[in-house]
Amino acid sequence: MQYTLSVNGRQATVDVDPDTPLLWVIRESLGLTGTKFGCGVAACGACTVHVDGEATRSCSVPIESLGGKAVTTIEGLAPEGGRHKIQQAWIDAQVPQCGYCQSGMIMAVAALLARKPAPSDDEIDGEITNICRCGTYPRIRRAIRALAQG
Amino acid sequence: MGRWTRRAFIAGGSLLGGGLVIGVGGVLFAPNRISVKPAASGAPQITTWIEIAPDNAVTVIVPHCEMGQGVHTALAQMAADELDADWNLVRVREAPALDEYANGYPVRVFFFDPAIAAMAPRAADYGTYRLARFVGLQLTGGSSSVRATGDLGLRVAGAAARAVLIQAAARRWGVPEGECEARLSSVHHRSSDRSLAFGAVADEAASLPLPENPPLKPREAWRIMGKSLPRIDTPSKVDGSRVYGIDTVVPGLLYATVAAAPVFGGKLVSVDEAPAMAVAGVKQVVRLDDAVAVVADSYWRALKGLRALKPVFSDGGNGAVDSPVLASRFATALSTGEGSTLTHTGDVAAALAGAAKRIEAEYAAPYLAHAPMEPMNATVRVADGRCEVWAGTQDPLNARDTAAKACGLGPSLVTMHNAMPGGGFGRRLPFVMDFIDQAARVAKAASPLPVKLIWSREEDIRHDFYRPAALCRFAGGLDASGRPVAWSARFIGNADENAAVPPYAIPHLRLASDKLDSHVRTGSWRSVDHSQHGFFVESFIDELAHAAGQDPWKFRRALLPDRHRAVLDLAASESGWESPPPAGRARGIALVEAFGSIAAEVAEIEIDAKGGLRVRRVTAAIDCGDLVNPDIAAAQIEGGIMFGLAAALYGEITLDKGAVVESNFWDYEVARMADTPEIAVHFVPSHGPRGGLGEPGLPPIAAAVANAIFAATGKRIRSLPFKNHNLSAERLRWSEPSPA
Repeated sequence: MQYTLSVNGRQATVDVDPDTPLLWVIRESLGLTGTKFGCGVAACGACTVHVDGEATRSCSVPIESLGGKAVTTIEGLAPEGGRHKIQQAWIDAQVPQCGYCQSGMIMAVAALLARKPAPSDDEIDGEITNICRCGTYPRIRRAIRALAQG
Repeated sequence: MGRWTRRAFIAGGSLLGGGLVIGVGGVLFAPNRISVKPAASGAPQITTWIEIAPDNAVTVIVPHCEMGQGVHTALAQMAADELDADWNLVRVREAPALDEYANGYPVRVFFFDPAIAAMAPRAADYGTYRLARFVGLQLTGGSSSVRATGDLGLRVAGAAARAVLIQAAARRWGVPEGECEARLSSVHHRSSDRSLAFGAVADEAASLPLPENPPLKPREAWRIMGKSLPRIDTPSKVDGSRVYGIDTVVPGLLYATVAAAPVFGGKLVSVDEAPAMAVAGVKQVVRLDDAVAVVADSYWRALKGLRALKPVFSDGGNGAVDSPVLASRFATALSTGEGSTLTHTGDVAAALAGAAKRIEAEYAAPYLAHAPMEPMNATVRVADGRCEVWAGTQDPLNARDTAAKACGLGPSLVTMHNAMPGGGFGRRLPFVMDFIDQAARVAKAASPLPVKLIWSREEDIRHDFYRPAALCRFAGGLDASGRPVAWSARFIGNADENAAVPPYAIPHLRLASDKLDSHVRTGSWRSVDHSQHGFFVESFIDELAHAAGQDPWKFRRALLPDRHRAVLDLAASESGWESPPPAGRARGIALVEAFGSIAAEVAEIEIDAKGGLRVRRVTAAIDCGDLVNPDIAAAQIEGGIMFGLAAALYGEITLDKGAVVESNFWDYEVARMADTPEIAVHFVPSHGPRGGLGEPGLPPIAAAVANAIFAATGKRIRSLPFKNHNLSAERLRWSEPSPA
């Protein structure tokens, strides 16, 4: 089946099975490998992208269900050549270790901060449920707090 | 170690010739000469490389993978400082998978007697499980890269390079070398105030003989080492541009996924390929000895094809083994005979018999999966009698050899492209590279097309090489004054006695172990044996402290050597140990020496009305000697604490009908943001021997939390994970109204 989708502000047409998860369309059909495969069951968040601005675990979104919604991946978070303030905060706090989960982590945090610019610790705990096995959580919290203080 | 001096890394001369020089453009500076070739038998060489290009860019070639531990940055700092390079001009490149870059040599020199090092071929490092475990998991790992490769290799390389650069500049000026010095990637002649960039004299310098024993900088002269410089790899890890093995793209790529026999030891008996072949895009079903793989034009279609199959596997005779069966085997082994004695000082039996107080306890730790975020994967192309492999591993040479064997090719016909692994923690170590083996076999079947084999998370959780389960029975004796006089530990598991030795002064000590084989595949898991024994030893010493009626911190510190006591005291003071914890909280303390570092941690916990445990604050103190990059060091300790905390809270692999029950993060839970305490890491200002950092943060945390639970509730947790214990009836003791 052919699907036309909007990713990072660009239209793309892909020919995939209707049940193909958005994750694999992004990675394999569009070649945007910044979005990662971690669990395949929406449990870890490594595949988090924005669908119409909402943090979405793309491994569990069949392409047929996407409709005309706009997708933003880590590659499209900042304007080309630029750096989103969250990415800068991640550098300032030296958050990443292996880095594999961080695309999804940053996308999840970006969606949270767009809704709640200054989340409480409990809100961070409740809303950022992505998994990082390197254990960068203390620095993620530090980075979010820094962003919240603007 | 004493007989191995830095000289050994330089004395070899130009052993390799120019043929192995790789890299494009620029002047290859002092490439092969800082090397050593201990045996003619193809044994290891350490070749530390520094390239200086005409534009003055310095490239440090690091023979370790960057899997999150910050080693590319830290090792580059070590080389660049000795070189007196301008850090802004320094780049890092991971060494290619060629024997000449094998880092097993400095690791072995570091850990073993040189006589053994000279005799043992490289494979001996990891040729046996036991030996591998003794070395640790450091072919690449934060726990040895800096103290072995860094101190013994890259610093020396930098210093030698600086010496010949100065020499080359001095010759050009016709002045004595002694009047020149290196500064920020230039050579300066003091009296004439002239300068030459490294890049301008690199060509000449490369032709000069290298000094055999270049002096290393004293600590006071460090400019780049000891600084919290930002990691070189961070920018590419926040914008999605960092390429991991799973991101490999090559022309004509096919995708595969695999299902191995659910019961370890089982084989593929039969499979009807038709249902998979009926799935659109599926190209091939590949039968392996103990697994079946499906190849398709996308991962999703390969997965659909695999799910359509109903393969029949044998169970290798292990189909009746489940967790209760294993537990009873462990218990039986522990109750049979005396165990084989690892250490016995004094007379434990007599000391226990004569003790004023005798305490006994049994501790257990479960099997654990590594579950790094990047699932196991490898891309392989077998074509024209050659093989190419793209994957992130902790040992690209073993990956290469594994692929070579699977393809029936000589290693020289295999090219390994080592990508950055999305986590390792021991899962990507040598000799556990089943995913490379499978990918190579599948690619051979699909030849000449390249295939990317990706494991599902379910395959990862159910086909790991698990942290071994362990069971330990203690007996401890206190004298009338409350001092421990006897310590007996008998344990099951493949445990290393070093991890089981308490650091405390106890006159009568006996350690005995029983080996118990099962069909469960085991391997090295971050901090290896310290992960279980840290929990066991530090919980039991806490039991002794309470039995003696003493403060657990004071009890420990009276029994520790000075260096350890300083670490314990730092953790205690920074955590506010001597002042009462905030209302509703309790604290526990633990100290473990591992991988050459000493780590003490104080956990501050809360237990809510429903029994929910929350670790609120962890204060860590570490003595690992001089720091190369304090911020990276702190990050490693934080990461170790979180990895250990995840396991302590939730980690447990169980078996049913011979197969692993857990399958994904919903039933193999790990720590998330909501489990994360405030973590403060404090380093003892120490110039002691350099210790590792990737692992030492982990071992104390489970015991620190368990000891805090005891402080809060009076309930002693003797098995992990904590989720198996109902703490709901165990509210804080002092939160209950005291009797009138």
